[in-house]
Formats: sequence, structure tokens, C-alpha cells
Amino acid sequence: MARFILIRLLQAIPVLLVVITVTFFLVRLAPGGPFSAEKAVPAEVLKALEARYHLDQPVINQYFSYLGDLARGDFGPSFKYPGRSVNEMIAAGLPATAELGLYAMCFALLIGASAGVIAALKPNSAQDYIPMSTAMLGICLPSFLLGPLLMLIFGVWLEWVPVSGWGDIPGDKILPALTLASGYTAYIARLSRGGMLEVMSQDYIRTARAKGLPEWKVVLKHGLRGGMIPVIAFIGPAFAGLLSGSFVVETIFQIPGLGRFYVQAAFNRDYTMIMGTTVLFATLIILFNLLADIVAVWLNPRLRDLYRSGGA
Amino acid sequence: MSEKTQESVLRVDDLSIRFKTRNGSSQAVDSVSFEVARGETLAIVGESGSGKSVTCYSLLGLIPQPPGVIESGVAQFASQGQQRDLLRSDKQTLRSLLGDKIAVIFQDPMTCLNPYLTIGEQLVEPLRQHKNKSREQARQRAIELIEEVGINNAKMRFASYPHEFSGGMRQRVMIAMALITEPELLIADEPTTALDVTIQAQILDLLDELKKRRNIALIFISHDLSVVASIADRVAVMRAGEIVETGEAQQIFKQPQHPYTQQLLASVPSGPKPAQSSQVDPQTQPLLKVEHLQTVFEQGKAGLFAASPAPTIAVNDVSFELRHHEILGLVGESGSGKSTLGRSLIQLIKPTAGSVQLDGQELTQLNPKQLKPLRQRMQMIFQDPYASLNPRMTVFDTLAEPLLYHRLATRKNVTPQVLALMDDVGLAHADIRKYPHEFSGGQRQRIAIGRAIATKPELIVADEPVSALDVTIQAQILDLILSLVNKHNLSMLFISHDLSVVRYIADRVLVMHQGKLIESGDTETLWANPSEAYTQTLFAAVPQLGSH
Repeated sequence: MARFILIRLLQAIPVLLVVITVTFFLVRLAPGGPFSAEKAVPAEVLKALEARYHLDQPVINQYFSYLGDLARGDFGPSFKYPGRSVNEMIAAGLPATAELGLYAMCFALLIGASAGVIAALKPNSAQDYIPMSTAMLGICLPSFLLGPLLMLIFGVWLEWVPVSGWGDIPGDKILPALTLASGYTAYIARLSRGGMLEVMSQDYIRTARAKGLPEWKVVLKHGLRGGMIPVIAFIGPAFAGLLSGSFVVETIFQIPGLGRFYVQAAFNRDYTMIMGTTVLFATLIILFNLLADIVAVWLNPRLRDLYRSGGA
Repeated sequence: MSEKTQESVLRVDDLSIRFKTRNGSSQAVDSVSFEVARGETLAIVGESGSGKSVTCYSLLGLIPQPPGVIESGVAQFASQGQQRDLLRSDKQTLRSLLGDKIAVIFQDPMTCLNPYLTIGEQLVEPLRQHKNKSREQARQRAIELIEEVGINNAKMRFASYPHEFSGGMRQRVMIAMALITEPELLIADEPTTALDVTIQAQILDLLDELKKRRNIALIFISHDLSVVASIADRVAVMRAGEIVETGEAQQIFKQPQHPYTQQLLASVPSGPKPAQSSQVDPQTQPLLKVEHLQTVFEQGKAGLFAASPAPTIAVNDVSFELRHHEILGLVGESGSGKSTLGRSLIQLIKPTAGSVQLDGQELTQLNPKQLKPLRQRMQMIFQDPYASLNPRMTVFDTLAEPLLYHRLATRKNVTPQVLALMDDVGLAHADIRKYPHEFSGGQRQRIAIGRAIATKPELIVADEPVSALDVTIQAQILDLILSLVNKHNLSMLFISHDLSVVRYIADRVLVMHQGKLIESGDTETLWANPSEAYTQTLFAAVPQLGSH
């Protein structure tokens, strides 16, 4: 298992290198630069700025010096926010984004998996159709529509929860987490329904029933593990998606997270900020996928054996 | 033997079950009555779809309702002086009996154990559920039982997962699981069908012995009359939802009364190959000459850091000859490499080493393009007629394709040839535009055979061509194969795990074990006098109709 993890981590290095290289040259191919604005900057000021950030050097030199910095864990200074480094900004924004993502994931798993399992127990009945149509709605409704809608209903009309903010008033984290979770909840619901349907038709479920176990035990003890395997495989990419996709929700609910920096950086041609967030998200995606794979292996005794015996 | 003084544990009267679906309803079970007493084995035999499993599952509340509807019937189950009608018990009562007083063993041990839980965890479940035992008590009992069903190293095995067990071992675990609560009624649904013949013999012995020791009532559901003959006290023969005949096993096998029972018994392949006009060509040049053939499967690739796992030698140094106009039987248990050998011969799998010569021409060195003209001369019939036919091709498409591909016919004149093929394999002309799903298993195998003989091949490799078929259909297909071999002057490698079938059809037999050819000879000579120990074990394990 340790070898499997090590190999996967080593494999991540070339992947990250490709991501870095492509992003690096792509953002420089885009028209404009960090210091081009509507208001013309005097040529000597521009020159001084470029010299300060080494933008006057050949791109290839910039690339290698960036790689060197990166190897030391330094994402460089932000071009748009003078005096602040990308590391600082990530440190400031990541906690809120990560927290939001975590809550959203918990919501998505809890609601999605339960809805999927319930639907799978009585396929093609109201018990199936109602959660699954709701799930369909969840997939179709974009968060920029769902967010304001939830705000209106639960914040303005019912006055149950605050409509914005992050950590200021108790309960203000509920709506953004729900909004962000909706699409993933729906997807997880569909995945777990499919997984459970498949598992509940297996012969070993009949064996469990023939032992006289109560139905809830058949479902939870014998069905759930196998039924959740497609969901586990999805959690990795989903987590990464939650983090990198939180921009809309963060904007709607005024959350000081990383997502906003990410998108603003792209508009501002804030090269180092784009690079920093991209590298961070790419790393997270790789890590979460690895984590999901490890959990999937750990859940399946046959695979567990395979990896224990050393075959990778 | 059952004695009339014995109380009956289960008594079923006038049970009728109907399945109602969108496409109409069908009578799955039609006023069935039977009883089984303590210490007695009642076998319910019948072909697929005869309703034998549905009958038993309905008693246990294990058939889905809907679509199943129990129309009538009483099922009195007597336990500790208490009579209960299983069909009228509520779910709670039924659940308290299931896995406790009534236990079930299912057909396929590979899929009937939960792959995510340890053997031990699954074994103690019934005890924990019904007997209120502590975890430690249950564990002790489970370990005792694992030993009793003949698994060594019980303590260590307790923590193993199902995938670490072979099929036969898993079925032993299933048996232990069924017996752990000391049930009074055991229902075994085709418990040995998925197993190799030597393992089957062991499991049958084990079941019989445990039944006697515990004096329980055993209902043994099977399609296989030979298996039933070796274990049953009484037999009920089912067809299309009805019990057509029931009686003492002796009487059923010696003097069957109902024509269907007679037909069933007559269909069981037994005895030597019927005397035939067919003469094996004593020509010096064999049709197929195989020398030192070896097929190795790599188990995954060697990674940057992982050593490559040991490769599997599926076929190991095999040499034999197949003469013109000969049916050569190839027997062996699952995993012995017989299918791989068959496929390596006609180059569906590239052999790793050795030589295969068809009429003196070496096949192993040819590329796909060079092989194409030779493909016409060698064809294959597969086991599963459900999977080996393209569901989106009609009979016409399936049979015309090889003719057109090998340019033996043109679009314009292919129809008469297809019709002739359909005549050959006994399909009605009217069915030419039908799709595979509209046919029964036997008819599908006829289509598959038609496809194989379409190009007038000299060599046919038939891989378990009758294993998926019911016994009456199996007999028809075997006779069809024999007549086609005669008519078209075919040579055939007939691969099967079923020794009775091979004895019935083959002129000569090869015995394969763990990738190696261990014995060969003329069928009857070999049958009378197998020299290798493995062959002797194999033959001894075959259940015989006359063994009762």
C-alpha cells in the first residue's frame, strides 16, 4: 500500500509540471498584462514595474526562475496587490473556501446518499421518483439561481438564517454550503441509487435475507458498502470541484474565500496569482483523487489483498 | 429412508403461484403438494423454468411480490410441536424462522457470500440474530462448524474474506452458515451445480452426512438427475409448474410412470457412444497436429517499482493429434486450461510457444491476414448461446455473415444457402427474420452451430456446447452434433467438464489437469481403465443414475 501511494505521488510530479508549464505560457499568451489598464501608464513606470517583477526578461528565463521559486514553496508576489505575496493571499482565502467545501461535502454525502439509498429500496415508486426528480432539479439549477432563491425563501421570507456573511452570525454558513452542495448532492443521490440497485440485486443480499435479518440490517450491513463504491470514486473529483468551483457561491454570499481571488486574478492578468491558485487546485485534485482511490481499495477486501501483496 | 412414523416437518398443499407482469401473467407453480419428514431428503427435479425454485422461495417469502402472487395453498411447518402456515405468517414470524429453523443453501457460492465481510462475520450472523449469543460464543460455535464442514485451520479462516476461498470451500462455508442455528429444515437449491465434479462429490457426501447426523429434513432442488440419484430418498418431478410424478427415489429411477420422467431419464447421457456408421479416417496424415503447445498469460505489466507478477501457464507443453472425421473429447475441471487450449488451436489466442498444424500447415506463425482463408476451415461453438450471438442480428444476418465474409455467396444468392443451413440444424424457415431473444436456449445453440458449419469447415472446436442447456435439450443438441459430424464429414474437438456427455459423443478423449495433458486414449478403453490417479478420481466422482 505504501508503495502504491509513493508511486502515485511520484506520478503526480510530471502531471503538475505539465499543468504549471501549460498555464504559465498560456497566461502569457493572453493579450494584455498585469500592468495594462484603461488608464495608460507612463512608459518609464511600466518599465520600472516590469523590471521589478523580472517581466523584462525572456519568458523562458521567467519560467525557470518561477520553477525555482516554486520548488522552495514560494508562489511569488502578487502583481495586482502590491506588497502582498500569493502565499499570504492563499493563506487568507483558503480556510474559508476549505470550510465551505467541507460543509458542502458533508451535506452532499448525507443528503445525497440517504436519498439515493431510499430511492433504491423501492425502485419505480413514489419513494424513488420524488427524490430522483428533486435530484434532477438540483443538477439543472445553477448555483447563481439557487443561491439567491434560497436567500429569498429562508433568509428574507422565513427569516430562519442570515442571507450573507461568513462566521459573523450563527447559521450564516448554512445557505452557502447548501447552495454549493446542491449539484453534488443530486449527483451523489443518482450514483448511490444506481450502486444500491445493483448491489441489492446480488445473490448475497438474498443470502442475508434468508438468514432472517431485518431489512434495515440487510440494507445497511450487506448492501451499503458495495453500493457506495461509485460514490467513493466520485468524492475525490467532487471535492476538488467544490473547492475550485466555489467562486459563484462565494460572490453571492460575500465570503472571503479563495474562489474570488482566482477569478479576479484571471481578469487582472495577475500572473503569479493565477499560477499559485492553479497549482494549488491541481495539487488538491491529485491528492483528493488519491485519497478516494485509497478509500476504495480499503473498502474492497479483494483489492486490499492485491495491493498488500505488492502488485501495483 | 423415510418412515411413515416420522412426523413431517413441512407439508405443502395445493400451492399455486402466478407471476403477473405487464406482458400478461404466467402460472409459475400449479397446485403443488409435497411433504418432507425429519431425516429425509426430498429432491425436487425439473428443467429450468419448471418452478422448482419458485416453489421453495415462496414458502420463505423470498420471491418478490408483486409480480409474484400466491393464489392458493397451505404450507404447514412443524417445529417444536408448533404448527405454522408459512404462507399465512406475517413477515416478523417468517423472519424469526428463516435462518433459524429453516435454512437455505444457494446455487452459486461465488456470488452468494458477501465479498465485503469476513467469512466469520457472515457465519455468526444467524446466531447473533436468532439465538442471542454473545460475539465470543458465536465465534466459538462458528469455528467448530468451519471445522465440521471440513475446512482446515478454522481459527485463521474465520477472519478470511470470501475471495480467499475456492468455490468448493465457499460452498462449505454456505453449508456451515446454514447449519449454525441447528435448523430443522434445510433447503438446498442446486448446491453443486456451479462446482467441479470432484468437488461436487465431496459436497454431496458432506450434505448427506450432516443431514443424517442432525436428523434434519432436506429439500434438494436440482436439474441434474444423476446428482439427485445419489442423494435423494424421495423425488418429485416438476414440469411447467406442476409435479408430474412423486415417489421413492428407487421407484422413480427404476420404474418411472409419467412419460415426462421417462423422457428426462432417457435424456441423461449414459453409456458409450452409440454405434455409428462413422469411421475415423485411418489416413496417416492427421487433420490437426499439435506439438509442445504453450500458452502463457502475463498477469499485468511490470511497473516502474513493482516486479511483474508470476505469469499463469494456462496450457503447458501440450501435444496431440486430431484425425480426420474424429470427435476428440477434452475433459478437465474448471481452470484446467481446456478452453484456453481450444482457443489457442484456432488462434483466437496466440500461443506462446509450440506448433499447431492444420493439414500440415503451421498456424502459429501466420498473421491475421494469412489466417483469414484458414478461418473458413476451422470454426468454434461457444458455451453460452445467450452471450455468443449478437442480439442485434437476425438468424439470417448471423448465418449469412460468414458466407458473405468468406465470399462463399453473394448478397443475391445467399438466402438459399442460409435456408439450407437452417434445415441442417433444425430451425424453421419461418424464423429467419427473428432475433436471438425470440428463441429458447436450445434453439439459440442451433443458430450458433449453424453459424459454425456455414463455411463448411473441416475442424470445429466446440467449447462446452451443451453445458448451458437443459437435459432434454442437451440430448437433442448432442444428437444434432453427431448427425452433422457425419453428414458434413467434420472433425471436432469437444471440450466439456461433463464426462458422461464426452463419453456419449467422443471417439477419443484427452484429460487435462492444471494446464497439462495427463492422459489420452480411446473413449471406452479409457473409461474401463484410467491409468492416472487424477483421471480415476475424476471418473469416480461422476454421479451415476444407477448408483442408488
